[in-house]
Parts: sequence; C-alpha cells; structure tokens
Amino acid sequence: MVPFAGWEMPVQYSGIVDEHKAVRATAGVFDISHMGQFLVHGIDAEKFLNLALTNNVAALGMGEGQYTLLLNDKGGVIDDLIAYRLAPDRFYLVVNASMIDEDRERLLSLVGELAVKLEDLSAGTGGLAIQGPKSAEVLARVLPGTVFPARNTIHVIQHAGQTLTLCGTGYTGEKGFEFFSPAEHITTWFEQFVEAARAEGGMPAALGARDTLRLEMGYPLNGNDLSPEKTPLEAGLGFFVNWEKGDFAGKAVLANQKASGLPSKLVGFKMTVTSPPPRAHYAVLHDGEVVGEVCSGGLSPTLAQGIGMAYLPAALAKPGVLIEIEIRGRRFAAETVKKPFYQPPNT
Amino acid sequence: MSKVPDQLRYRESHEWIDPTSGAVGITDHAQHELTDVVYVELPKIGAVIKAGDQVAVVESVKAASDIYSPVSGEVVAVNDELADDPSLLNTDPYGEGWIFELKPSEPAEFKVLLDAPAYRQHIA
Repeated sequence: MVPFAGWEMPVQYSGIVDEHKAVRATAGVFDISHMGQFLVHGIDAEKFLNLALTNNVAALGMGEGQYTLLLNDKGGVIDDLIAYRLAPDRFYLVVNASMIDEDRERLLSLVGELAVKLEDLSAGTGGLAIQGPKSAEVLARVLPGTVFPARNTIHVIQHAGQTLTLCGTGYTGEKGFEFFSPAEHITTWFEQFVEAARAEGGMPAALGARDTLRLEMGYPLNGNDLSPEKTPLEAGLGFFVNWEKGDFAGKAVLANQKASGLPSKLVGFKMTVTSPPPRAHYAVLHDGEVVGEVCSGGLSPTLAQGIGMAYLPAALAKPGVLIEIEIRGRRFAAETVKKPFYQPPNT
Repeated sequence: MSKVPDQLRYRESHEWIDPTSGAVGITDHAQHELTDVVYVELPKIGAVIKAGDQVAVVESVKAASDIYSPVSGEVVAVNDELADDPSLLNTDPYGEGWIFELKPSEPAEFKVLLDAPAYRQHIA
C-alpha cells in the first residue's frame, strides 16, 4: 500500500505486469474512489464552464463528455478533467484526486456574477474503472440490460435505490467505462465487478498497472507530465483548447505563447538499447548537453521496452531525434517517437 | 508463504548469502514484493566491497531497489544470465537468480546476519 492523494492505495494486487496484460487482453477492475466529482448547475453553467475550462462545453449534446483543462492565470495546468453534460444547465466533472481542493478553489474564484452552483460530490462518491476488451461482457454480468456507455458519454441510472453513473472513458486506451456509486456501496460493487471480470479472464488491477497502461498510451499524469508551470500547448494538448468560443481563464497567455513559439514541448521517447527502465527526473541529453528531464517513464509491459515522456526544447520536439537518458551516472541511447507508444486493436 | 532456506544467512534488507559458496541474491519474500524484475545492474568482478555497501540495483516495473552486500569481500563472479533474463530473480531467487559471488574477507561478519528462523520472524 502507498499513500496517494490522502488515500492508502495498493500498487498491485497480483503483479503489475499480470494486471496490465489482463486489461489489454480481457478486463481489469480499478478502484478509483479517490477521484473527485463536481456537479455544476444553474442557468449560467455552460457559460461558466466555457470561461473556466479550455474546451468548448457548448459542443456537448445531452449525455456527452469531453476532455478539458483547468488553467491558472499563467496558462499553466491546474488539472485535467472530463466534463459531461447531464442536462442543458447541468454538468458532471470528474477530476484528479490530488487536485480536488485546488480545483474547487479555482472554479469558485471564477464564478463572479454568474448564476451557477458548484457541488463537490467527491466524499460521498465511490468509483471503479472497468477497462479492457471484455468490459461490456463484465457490465452485462453485473447489471444485465444496462446499456454500455459509448466513448465520451454518460448514463445515470437508478438501481435498487442507488444513483449509478456510467461514463464511457478510462485511462488505459482500451474499451471501458468508469462507474460511480454512493461511497457506502462501492465495496460491494467492486467485489461484483471483480467476480465478473474473473469470469471473463480478468482481475482487479491497481495503481501500478494504471500507470503503465496510461504511459503506453502517452496519456499525461497530472503532477508528472502536467504542471502549473507548463501550458496545455507545451503538453501537446492543443486539441483540447478551443480558440473560437470566446475568452477563458489563461487564454491570453496561451495566445501569446502560440504567437511567439513554444519554449518546450512534451515528447515521447523509446530506449534503443537495453537499459534500466527510464524513470521520472532522470536527465535527458542531446549532443552531450542536458536538455530536459524525464517526467514519466518505465518499462512498457506490452512492448517490453523502456518508454517515457519529457519536455524538450521545441527544436528537438519531433520524432526521430537521438537522445540519451542518464541513469545512475551512465548514459543510455534513446530516440524521440510519436505517441501513443501502443495502439490497442479494435478501439 | 515465502521460502527461507535454512543454510543461508540474511540481511534485514532482504539479501541472502550462502556462507559456503559466497553467492548473494535477494530473498523469495523480496522478489514477491518487487514482482516482475526487469533489469539487474551487476557489480564488477574484482570489486572490493564492505558489508552494507550498495553493490547492485534490482529494477522491477514498480521501482529501482538498491542491493547491499551482506558481508565484506571481493566480488569473484557475477551472474551474466540476468542480463538476458532478469526474471530469474522471480522464478528461482535462491538458485539461477543469484546475483554475484563474494570471497568474504571478514568471516566474523556472518554472525551479525540473520539466520533462517530470525529472518522468518523479520518478514512475518
């Protein structure tokens, strides 16, 4: 067990590689009760979220969601999150555990005169992520007849007096969904989903596999790959910044940066020689000079190869650049590559 | 239940040494905790080391762990097989997963190491 955002969480149940492979091959069940949820409602909810977040919530139809970012005044990333529209004036936000308090403070500071209410549901909500090619079969075993949520959609259902929320998303690159219930019932749901996953050849999976799975997809982890010092443009998340919708917190800084050129950019790299796994904070060198440090890295269980991400000067931020990673005083050859490192079939 | 062979001696940091051969490795308990060893950094043959020196690194998917020498001596052999198959530490921690071999220089140091019952208690 390790401390994580105020929670005690397992790094692994049976083993990181086994759990990782189960998610890629069949199904894994993650406890994500640590994650935060906010309900944003009121006649100005859409206007408010378009001011507070980088993506355009006006583009969301009923039951649709999008990846988006909350920035500080310097255009740096406070948090990455998913925003779903439940009703014309009602949105559900799923945020990172470590950022719940900061997100709430930042969002409240942006409300101003707008008619909007923010409810923090985090403490009363438990969550699971069921991920993998067999995740629909797992859902069908636990809640027969329940519609499997399509990618980036949300379903809220009533079941035995409980409000259950199913979101077609995940952090693994596989087909899957996140499932939220009242916190007092989540242990029972976990047991049921694990039993169903086992019947499909899967297993429970923990933080360690969650990290290797998201790394293979090149998904950023807030705190490692996203920081208050780096903008979403530098993080390669420009796709989730909408320039047409009007003003939003941090927009002017991003526009300036876009016009004057990015100082750095988050790139993926692969080790090209046998080496220890590249890990966070190792130095990255190019032509013998330190040009950055690893923000996330490790051995990809699927590729059996060291992979990672680092912020490099913009001139080096393209595939095929030869770099070195310094590990305990020795330098190992690596090469920048396009993300994702791995593309799951049939997704 | 982790295996703890009777003929070996142990450090609290989960290394074992065979007093007869001088072979050193990590315990079954340690490999189970680490899981999925993916890289082993070996010491150099001929290196002269003191008890408690950091002499090798075992990397699992999870983390890098320093390996400390149970006793003082000279490194006389290293297990090159681990370069091709680091998972030998998982599958056979007391056999093919040995890491290096020492020629001990201070026999008295063995007395401060844990014997099997004491190590069993340590990991209980």
